[in-house]
Amino acid sequence: MMIKAVNAQKLGFAALFACIIIALLVLGSLIYFIFSNGISSFSWTFFTDIPRKSMTAGGVGPAIIGTIYLVLGSIIVSVPLGVITAIYLCEYSPKNVIVNIIRLSVNNLAGVPSVVFGLFGLAVFVKLFNFHVSILSGSLTLGILILPGIISASYEAIIAVPQSLREASYALGATQIQTIGRIVLPSALPGILTGIILGVGRAAGETAPILFTAATFYARSYPSSIMSDTMALPYHIYVLMTEGTKPEIQKMIAYGCALILLILVLAVSAIAIYLRQRQRRTYG
Amino acid sequence: MKISEKIYKNVFMVVAFSSLIFLTGIVLVLFIEGLPAFSVTGILSFIFGKSWYPTSTPPEFGIMPLISASFVVSVGAMLFAIPVGIGSALYIHEIAGEKQKMFLKPIIELLGAIPSIIFGFFGMVIVAPLVQKVFNLSTGQCAFTGALILGVMAIPVVCSIAEDALSVVPKSFREASFALGANRWQTLLKVIIPAAGSGISTAIVLGISRVMGETMTVLLVTGGAAQIPNSIFSPVRPMTSTIAAEMGEAAVGGVHFHALFAIGLVLFMITLVLNMIAEYIGRKYRVKLGLDV
Amino acid sequence: MDNNFKETVRVKADNINFFYGSKKALNGINMNIYANKVTALIGPSGCGKSTFLRLINRMNDLVSSSRVEGQLLLDNKNIFDKDIDVVELRRRVGMVFQKPNPFPKSIYENMAYGLEIKGIKDKKYVDEKVFESLKKAALWDEIKDRLNDSALRLSGGQQQRLCIARCLVVEPEVILFDEPCASLDPISTRKIEELIIELKQFYTIVIVTHNMQQAARVSDYTAFMYLGDLIEFGQTEKLFTVPKDKRTEEYLTGKFG
Repeated sequence: MMIKAVNAQKLGFAALFACIIIALLVLGSLIYFIFSNGISSFSWTFFTDIPRKSMTAGGVGPAIIGTIYLVLGSIIVSVPLGVITAIYLCEYSPKNVIVNIIRLSVNNLAGVPSVVFGLFGLAVFVKLFNFHVSILSGSLTLGILILPGIISASYEAIIAVPQSLREASYALGATQIQTIGRIVLPSALPGILTGIILGVGRAAGETAPILFTAATFYARSYPSSIMSDTMALPYHIYVLMTEGTKPEIQKMIAYGCALILLILVLAVSAIAIYLRQRQRRTYG
Repeated sequence: MKISEKIYKNVFMVVAFSSLIFLTGIVLVLFIEGLPAFSVTGILSFIFGKSWYPTSTPPEFGIMPLISASFVVSVGAMLFAIPVGIGSALYIHEIAGEKQKMFLKPIIELLGAIPSIIFGFFGMVIVAPLVQKVFNLSTGQCAFTGALILGVMAIPVVCSIAEDALSVVPKSFREASFALGANRWQTLLKVIIPAAGSGISTAIVLGISRVMGETMTVLLVTGGAAQIPNSIFSPVRPMTSTIAAEMGEAAVGGVHFHALFAIGLVLFMITLVLNMIAEYIGRKYRVKLGLDV
Repeated sequence: MDNNFKETVRVKADNINFFYGSKKALNGINMNIYANKVTALIGPSGCGKSTFLRLINRMNDLVSSSRVEGQLLLDNKNIFDKDIDVVELRRRVGMVFQKPNPFPKSIYENMAYGLEIKGIKDKKYVDEKVFESLKKAALWDEIKDRLNDSALRLSGGQQQRLCIARCLVVEPEVILFDEPCASLDPISTRKIEELIIELKQFYTIVIVTHNMQQAARVSDYTAFMYLGDLIEFGQTEKLFTVPKDKRTEEYLTGKFG
């Protein structure tokens, strides 16, 4: 009986160990294949040149720049909205109906499929507001998509600021807005930054929301204003794999794009995770 | 309170409602742009219609093939993601030491941060040819490959939510079990998992919801045939990839255009219900353990 | 015979009732707090002493669903009146908390905060006030060379004296101490007690403490509270030696609490 129990435990733990190994293997092989195939595309012109000969030569410069614009745009849209929402939830609003409504909205917004954000952006920004297919429309759409993440990260960071600091500030005669601006936000800043960085990673990789709102599959030049449509790395991968006439050459360029995107997203996320672990250590 | 303080408070409140405004906006857009499709085909024949030929004459708008594709792919994905995701969570929470945890948790999170287009690309160029060879198929781009890749993508979601659920199980449960002479495996099976059960089930529900909304992956790896799948190796076209692939060709304001929004509406409703269920179960779980809601 | 009539009343509680939601936390409190004296509030936990203290600078405003009845007069003006600016009130009534709560900023920035939020930019004036307050709080010699260090790197006792100094910068008339030594070692506690006695020549001081010896050492007047009632109030020496109420005597002799 005893021996049976011990064996069951061994078997069970081995099964759990296998699960985590599967997860690690998948991540490892994905990184391996994309790295080993993508690195050969890397060259100076790959990063800076425009695509040539219907996407079979030249570089992906406009796609890199387009992704940077879209990420910046979405951050500009989402950070003020997200941080202020979090401030309101933590600092102003007592536990009541309003808070519950807002939290429910945030949770459900977070669960909306990304392609539905694309439909929303198409109907509202592209058509209704007449921003056309543009960096502006794409940034607004992506900004709304990453908003719930920014809100939750900011909320966690602000709620973790010790109440004693707020009391100290009020006791010295500070107003609420002074307390928020000078004490609460500076203390919460590292946590908010972590959320923003994760948002950057998310916005850089999302494809479905920009399909109908910002992306064009072939540009011979860099975008000239926020009203121009743009190439973007994730969309360019999709285009290379589904359009064009020379799939084998295009596949190698797609590997290159995937590698850039993978490095960008992994680096950004690793920084965010590192920052968060360091904060946890300082708070104890 | 001074006037300036009141102004701040009210401005902040208005901004805080932005999420509600966007959510409402999404619902409105889906209804306004989606409903006209039903006036052409009728809601029942839209949802239960068995053929999706939006560009033939006369066009047919039955989305059963798309819905069934979404379900087949999602359920398949969860068959893979649930054991592996929950198993990983149990390993991290119950077996791994501090050092392993410091390494494994970030790794799982990194896996979750990889964009779906990269998984789709990986699935298309590496996994699909492999599946084709192993199972001797005419194409590797099929429901099975889609389910496999989506399953991998759902591991981090399932794992992190399950781990959250495990981490709030009170220590005393475990100590009581050890004190009665149970070993770690028995404690895990008989005490921890039942205690965390409903928390873990939110992981499953949210996993399905997330997988069902994935777009780029299925667009690249499931083959794209709008037919009701007759085996797991059939090429299929889920709802998300239909919208993504066809919106470019659909004339603005035409029936096809509205039909794609109507698919968005169906998809949104399904994920909304799943999220609500998860929220409800999660809330009950926290109440059961006596935590703040 | 009490010699109360010689003292100036700085704060006067006039039949104060206080509620958290529907729970009554203070029961018709009447009390005088005299200028340039130390008044100690003692009693078992839950007796309302901290709640009463936090009324004097209206810190309880931060607690939603709380409600107050009665009057609390600061220099004969009711601080619950509608025309009272709570920010202004808190500048006049400073507070030091149970746990040292320096901001995660430099020592200097902590000190200058109270002036900064008043919009004072004159660097020379700020310097002068900061240095003067640090000297008053007997902290100057220990930290004058590291004003730009993070305040979090000070020891617990130093942090608490920094919090005292920080509150002096805004030139309050009354200072409230909410169990200021609860988290400190005996040596740091002694230093804070000496400082409180030193400071009473400039300020009116109210201190909440659960430590009866501390109340006996630092205060001129003591109020004993129990379950939201003010049981007994009087000169510390008299209250400790000849308590009038049986409950006071029981508390002082350790029979409950």
